Amino acid sequence: MATRLQFENNCEIGVFSKLTNAYCLVAIGGSENFYSTFEAELADVIPVVKTSIGGTRIIGRLCAGNKNGLLLPHTTTDQELQHLRNSLPDQVVVQRIEERLSALGNCIACNDHVALTHTDLDRETEELIADVLGVEVFRQTIAGNILVGSYCALSNRGGLVHPHTSIEDLDELSTLLQVPLVAGTVNRGSEVIAAGMTVNDWTAFCGSDTTATELSVIESVFKLREAQPSAIVDEMRKSLIDSYV
Amino acid sequence: MSRDPESNRPTITRLKAHCLLSSSHESLLATTVLLILVVDEERRSRTNHLKEISIIVYAYYLLQVLKMAQESMEGMFISQQTIGSVLCCLCGISMQPNAANMCVKCLRSQVDITEGLQRHLIIYHCPDCNSYLQPPKTWIKANLESKELLTFCIKRLKNLNKVRLVHAEFIWTEPHSKRIKVKLRVQKEVLHGAILEQAYIVEYVQTDRLCESCSRVQANPDQWEASVQVRQHASHRRTFFYLEQLILKHDAAVRAIRIKQMDQGIDFFFGNRSHAVKFVEFLGNVVPIQSRDDKQLVSHDLKSNKYSYKYTFSVEISPICREDLICLPPKVARGLGNLGPLVLCTKISNSIMLFDPFTLRQSYLNANQYWGMPFKSLLSSRQLVEYIILNVEVESSVVSVGGSKYCLAEAQVARVSDFGKNDNIFHIKTHLGHLLSPGDYALGYDLYGANCNDLELDKYKNLVLPEAILVKKSYEEKHQKKRGKPRSWKLKTLNMEVDNPKSRAEEDKRNTEYEEFLRDLEENPDLRFNISLYRNKEYQPSEVASVTDGGDVPSVPLEELLADLDLSDEDEDGDENAGNADDMRE
Repeated sequence: MATRLQFENNCEIGVFSKLTNAYCLVAIGGSENFYSTFEAELADVIPVVKTSIGGTRIIGRLCAGNKNGLLLPHTTTDQELQHLRNSLPDQVVVQRIEERLSALGNCIACNDHVALTHTDLDRETEELIADVLGVEVFRQTIAGNILVGSYCALSNRGGLVHPHTSIEDLDELSTLLQVPLVAGTVNRGSEVIAAGMTVNDWTAFCGSDTTATELSVIESVFKLREAQPSAIVDEMRKSLIDSYV
Repeated sequence: MSRDPESNRPTITRLKAHCLLSSSHESLLATTVLLILVVDEERRSRTNHLKEISIIVYAYYLLQVLKMAQESMEGMFISQQTIGSVLCCLCGISMQPNAANMCVKCLRSQVDITEGLQRHLIIYHCPDCNSYLQPPKTWIKANLESKELLTFCIKRLKNLNKVRLVHAEFIWTEPHSKRIKVKLRVQKEVLHGAILEQAYIVEYVQTDRLCESCSRVQANPDQWEASVQVRQHASHRRTFFYLEQLILKHDAAVRAIRIKQMDQGIDFFFGNRSHAVKFVEFLGNVVPIQSRDDKQLVSHDLKSNKYSYKYTFSVEISPICREDLICLPPKVARGLGNLGPLVLCTKISNSIMLFDPFTLRQSYLNANQYWGMPFKSLLSSRQLVEYIILNVEVESSVVSVGGSKYCLAEAQVARVSDFGKNDNIFHIKTHLGHLLSPGDYALGYDLYGANCNDLELDKYKNLVLPEAILVKKSYEEKHQKKRGKPRSWKLKTLNMEVDNPKSRAEEDKRNTEYEEFLRDLEENPDLRFNISLYRNKEYQPSEVASVTDGGDVPSVPLEELLADLDLSDEDEDGDENAGNADDMRE
């Protein structure tokens, strides 16, 4: 199920958190509300780690990762690196990389198998991504936007992309990722998908502005509804996926 | 123009969405999204009930076009791009993506860009002069549905600077309903750079209030503050007929409250001293005048140092008229290079043009020079006598002096009145040699028979007076043929108060003078130059007359006439004239 929440009255929760199948990073906020919402959903399954990156709270935009690894920008301090290495499970490789484009979260969109990257990333970075995250790397744009990390949200079961993405682009990306994709919005029409939400294979967190329609699209495409739906709902979902995948 | 019930039907809402995406560089693809949502709605009633909405959405992806152009230049593969569809974030209907990612219905329900704009307004209208109050004190004259009124109406709206006004138009209302409805279309940027356009109606309620000048007139319609008394001490009113036309042409007396015809002149009354001063200045530009002004204290308030006066301007027009024969005083004659001393006045404007018929010399006297040493005419045009030309011997070739042609000639003439009575034949010099031929009639001054009591004439000891001075060719016979027939043109008249003529003779005299003035106009294009003639609608040119009258009686060519703009009659004739008014203007 998808959860709606805010970070200090800000709906762009994807900026302040990073959710993967193996761990969850959250920013250090003034109140515990944000952290405890994640904790309530995830505590039994994966570690929820409070951290900062390079002294900032915008951790979701600065790091990229999946269940295999975590890439940190060169601005990350040694203490932060050490803290993350201590907190994350042992099988997760934490790697700091020297990349000019330091907002790795904006430049890289990945699930556990495939990563889409900014077209201008270094070749070395590309190799590191492939090694650390254990993914195939494709240089791509989404609806003409080079910041692929900002304009899409991916899991191993589905993906939400920028609303202006054309049908041909959707097909191409879908072929690359091997997951169904849909063009949509979060936070009441915002097209910066990854800023408004964060998702893994069984749960999603969205900004509190997200409407019921957006939430239902998100739950459909990421297949978050665990409860067995009734026949009518099943029918509805089928039509939704038919027309938007 | 009546509103049919169909147009009262609720509302067509149109919506246009333009998505304009532009890319600058391949690697740094900056995308600007501009969405213009055009929501055009009409409301059935003032209760803001939106009845029915139909929406048309147009979206243009220029991005694709731009990208294609860019890539085709680099010889790259171009893939076709199909616009997908997303769900409206609020209601969930499928739609093409736009900047707000919201369908227009939802967008409209979320934002009303006309919020905070005025929809009802009271404006003050003066029913007497049809003007509107622009606070604090200005009154603007404007007709219903005029450009000026629209400007005024829009200026009265507050908060309009918060949106962008793209269109404004009147919605027709009954003229006596005291309601003005203006439909405005405004644009404003809403969520995420989407520009929303919306139409709404502002209703103005006219409240009647007399403007200051009208209320003054209402209180006392005769309230003049300045009067201009124009006088000319001449035996006829020809100058005033001419002046009337000049005033009409230049709209010089539009501000006059009252115009009254007086003996030997006209009185003009104005509500304001400055209007009178302006009028006097106008007179000074068209006729040689001297003027003086006086004021009379009406009331005063010592405590607030307020004085109210009545001003009187006395304007005297020089008694010299066109075609008058003048004997110049020796000093003036010497000042003009020994002109004359017997001269004809050929033209009157703000200066006097003098012409010596014996030497064909011409000279100007301006108003200051004239009033410095005023003189009177020896004989005036009323004393012209008709002559018949017996023989003409041209002395010189035709020369052009000051724009008109003259030819010095010797002529043998006889008075028409003498014909068959005696054998008085005069051998005279004339400047009309090129016009006259034996058998013609001409008008001239009979110095032989005249009894001149002129002081100036006596000052010249050795002056030998000619027996006659011809002034112009006469078309008297031809005019007699035409007498009683209407002219093809007419003149406008000033709205002047005229005392009833005391006697029959007086009325006759006035009519003959006017007729003579009209005839003068026909014969002199110079005179027509400054005044407006209007087409006479009642005039029907008879074909017989046009065949027989083909002669050389001067008349006014049709091209010079102005069509009279008369909106009162509604037949197509009136429209035709109105249409001609512009291209017929000289």
